[in-house]
Amino acid sequence: MEASGVGSERARLATAGARATVAAKLSDRSRRDVALNTAFAALLLAAVTIALGGLAALLAQAFVRGAPALSLDLFTNTPSTLRPETAGFRPAILGSLELIAGVVLFVVPIGIGSAIYLEEYADKTRWWNRAVEVTIQNLAAVPSIIYGILGLGFIVRGPLDLGFVLVAGSLTLALLVLPLVIIASREAIRAVPDSIRQGSLALGATQWQTIRRQVLPASVPGMATGVILAISRALGEAAPLLLVGATVFVTFDPTPFGDGFSAMPVQIFDYAKRPQEAFQTLAFAGVIVMVGVLLAMNSFAIWLRNRYERTW
Amino acid sequence: MNGFKWLTALAAACALAVGAAACGDGGDEATGSGSDLSGSIRIDGSSTVAPLTEAVAEEFEAANPGVKVTVGTSGTGGGFEKFCAGETDISDASRAIEPEEVAACEKAGIVNEEVRVATDALTLVVNPENPVDCLTVEQLGAIWGPDSKLSSWGEVPGLRDGFDEELALFGPGTDSGTFDYFTEEINGEEGASRKDYNNVGENDNATVTGVSGSPGGLGYFGYSFYLENEGTLKALEVDGGEGCVAPSAETAQDDEYVPLSRPLFIYPSEAALGRPEVKAFVEFYLANVGELAEAVGFIPLTDEQLKASEDASAKLTS
Amino acid sequence: MVSPRLQAPGPRHGEKAIQGLLALCALLSVLTTIAIVLSLLGPTIGFFEVVPAGDFFFGIDWTPQFEPPSFGVLAIVAGTLNVALWAMLFAVPIGLGAAVYLSEYASPRVRRTVKPVLEILAGIPTVAIGIFAVSFLLPHAIQPIWPDDLLGGAEKPFMALAASLGVGLMVVPIIASISEDAMSAVPSGLREGAYAMGASKRKVATRVIFPAAISGIVASIVLAISRAVGETMIVLIAAGSTPSFSLWPNEPVQTMTAYIAVIATGDLPTDSIDYKSVFAVGSLLFLATLAMNLLSIRLVRRYREVYE
Repeated sequence: MEASGVGSERARLATAGARATVAAKLSDRSRRDVALNTAFAALLLAAVTIALGGLAALLAQAFVRGAPALSLDLFTNTPSTLRPETAGFRPAILGSLELIAGVVLFVVPIGIGSAIYLEEYADKTRWWNRAVEVTIQNLAAVPSIIYGILGLGFIVRGPLDLGFVLVAGSLTLALLVLPLVIIASREAIRAVPDSIRQGSLALGATQWQTIRRQVLPASVPGMATGVILAISRALGEAAPLLLVGATVFVTFDPTPFGDGFSAMPVQIFDYAKRPQEAFQTLAFAGVIVMVGVLLAMNSFAIWLRNRYERTW
Repeated sequence: MNGFKWLTALAAACALAVGAAACGDGGDEATGSGSDLSGSIRIDGSSTVAPLTEAVAEEFEAANPGVKVTVGTSGTGGGFEKFCAGETDISDASRAIEPEEVAACEKAGIVNEEVRVATDALTLVVNPENPVDCLTVEQLGAIWGPDSKLSSWGEVPGLRDGFDEELALFGPGTDSGTFDYFTEEINGEEGASRKDYNNVGENDNATVTGVSGSPGGLGYFGYSFYLENEGTLKALEVDGGEGCVAPSAETAQDDEYVPLSRPLFIYPSEAALGRPEVKAFVEFYLANVGELAEAVGFIPLTDEQLKASEDASAKLTS
Repeated sequence: MVSPRLQAPGPRHGEKAIQGLLALCALLSVLTTIAIVLSLLGPTIGFFEVVPAGDFFFGIDWTPQFEPPSFGVLAIVAGTLNVALWAMLFAVPIGLGAAVYLSEYASPRVRRTVKPVLEILAGIPTVAIGIFAVSFLLPHAIQPIWPDDLLGGAEKPFMALAASLGVGLMVVPIIASISEDAMSAVPSGLREGAYAMGASKRKVATRVIFPAAISGIVASIVLAISRAVGETMIVLIAAGSTPSFSLWPNEPVQTMTAYIAVIATGDLPTDSIDYKSVFAVGSLLFLATLAMNLLSIRLVRRYREVYE
């Protein structure tokens, strides 16, 4: 627009004045604000440091106390009461592996299936579907030792009557972590925007086809993370296994339905209670082994997540 | 894409790996000269007796690689429950079987015998700086009794050492056989004890830390824990009416260390002893229990006691 | 006119079958709950036939194995609350702080490294945390700092605070991870709009992102509380076995879960009243977590916002 001499000067001043006012109103740079900002950021950093520091201290202590016992023998030798210097974790390691395999076989189909049903098929206004939702959330919060009582009453004895076998331990642990898998899978499915589903249905796909070809593949990274978290939890649980028969002293390789099995956390717990210093060292060595396994699994989970993560 | 396939692959891989491990007989190489025995032996019960049974199992399995022995620690009571339900072959016990348990076994038709395998000397430990050497059963009762309000060593009746540190008491969990035995012998009734002591639960190591860290510390546990920590703790002598006696293998065997020497048992069932591997195991147990008991910190049986045990077990196999 | 390719070929029974199968999966969770209730119910009823409910719920002396026995559950309830309280006082600021940092302040590279490391913390076996708490935290972190004359000092082999710090460390990743996910899920539009208006990072984090993610944050905290209340191994190893009706952190305490673990694997004849007390305590624990969970569902429902 045309600006005459004085008018354009006024316009320029007015614009400058307007800019300054807006800048002053919106600018956050008072000294107090800056101080608060820095303090806040410092607090946040402190929080992260404390969390990481705790982890570091735990790992450092385990390494320092457990390093003397670290050797390949740890994996191949069996527990020994008489000769702690040559004792190892072999049955416990195999036991843990077999337990986890059982957990995965059970929890992946049932957990993901439940999640699909609850998110895609269930009519959320019906009371029984809401009841199932609430039930799953409750089960996620139930203490692990209660699952031990359940395992003892229903799986080892009672209806299933499997006896104190490894499969019973697997099932107990699976029930324990199933809610976690369901919840994580639901979150993953929920994160897929509805528009994807609508588009697929609009193109003539059935509901199951939509789920199988669009929703599931998109939500798999989230589900995989959930499964891996569940495995981590199951690997580290000792309390329910104590009730379901994870015997501490086995010197043979456990089998799914054979008598007697052991698991890493239970074995570590037992070693830590014995007076001989060599057993204490063994306990810490066991911790190192478990942490190592965890690191491997978590790295896999990260890789999965980074490779397949999607943002909408 | 195919994260789903990844999950399935992961599950399948786990199953395969485990199947391979489980099926492949990756067990220890046979060390003993060919023994034909095979089968599995299930043992459960007291966590006090377990280290001894474990030691026996270890040696037995080395000589008989075909036999699998499992030793559980559900506790004496838990062990009897499984035993009288036919779920185990042998029960470890740090106390004698109780009437209710006898009845349960009878009802289920489980014929069994009490076989004593070793002796344990419940040891009272104090801080090495503590000048007190000996306590009578009465004094112990005064300290540990259910109504006791003693809070310092100076208040313990009859002590003349001039030691007046604050009492710091440490004891095992209230569900343990050790607790039951101690309270019964010292306070006259199982479960009768003052309530305000430091309860270390299953972890007797905490008694070691606690007593060695408190000048007025006083705790009790099994003899093996004392042996492991002789350097940091002092064992008290106990006067059961015949003078002060220190806990040791000799005094426990000769029945001098009263009243705190307690017998340890295994209870095999007749049905189990009918199997050759179990019979061989029990025979092996009694044949080697002397040296193995010492190795794990218990007190071996006298010759007489051993003979009595062998007779008891023979009763079931004849 | 719809091309034949797009018309449905006929009723799809397979669809119904799949739906049924999936519904069965979901049903399993209901069955599990029923099974838990059943396994607890019988012995609990047996327990209350012998012990008056009043003694149980209002007594503060929990000594079932002593002679004479006392069955006041409040002592171990206090133990549970004690550990959970101090654990949350530690974990909530740390966890939320870490979450805000990762979500709003950290560069993507930092976030990609730190977040998985925090998740390692979530996977550390509780046995290991318990051993760490009692053998390191207690003698080297708590006892040197605690003033000797405060509440009776800290020279004890077990302490609620040691267990609390262990439990706190264990749940920090739960709070941090879920809250961070919730914060990241807040649409960038909200965030960018706030920055465009000139708000500082702090203001965006506290005034925009935090409230928008509140439902996830609350859910994470309640989940953390449930984990803290239900934790067994850490308290078994680090908190001791002395029931104590006290919330002071420097006391040895026994939690409900530790009591169950100790008795269920201990030396008692399984038909005794002490053994049945395990189921009574288990029932109480179960009902308590149920109640907390229902409360959290209420809370989350109030605050949830949908963004699509």
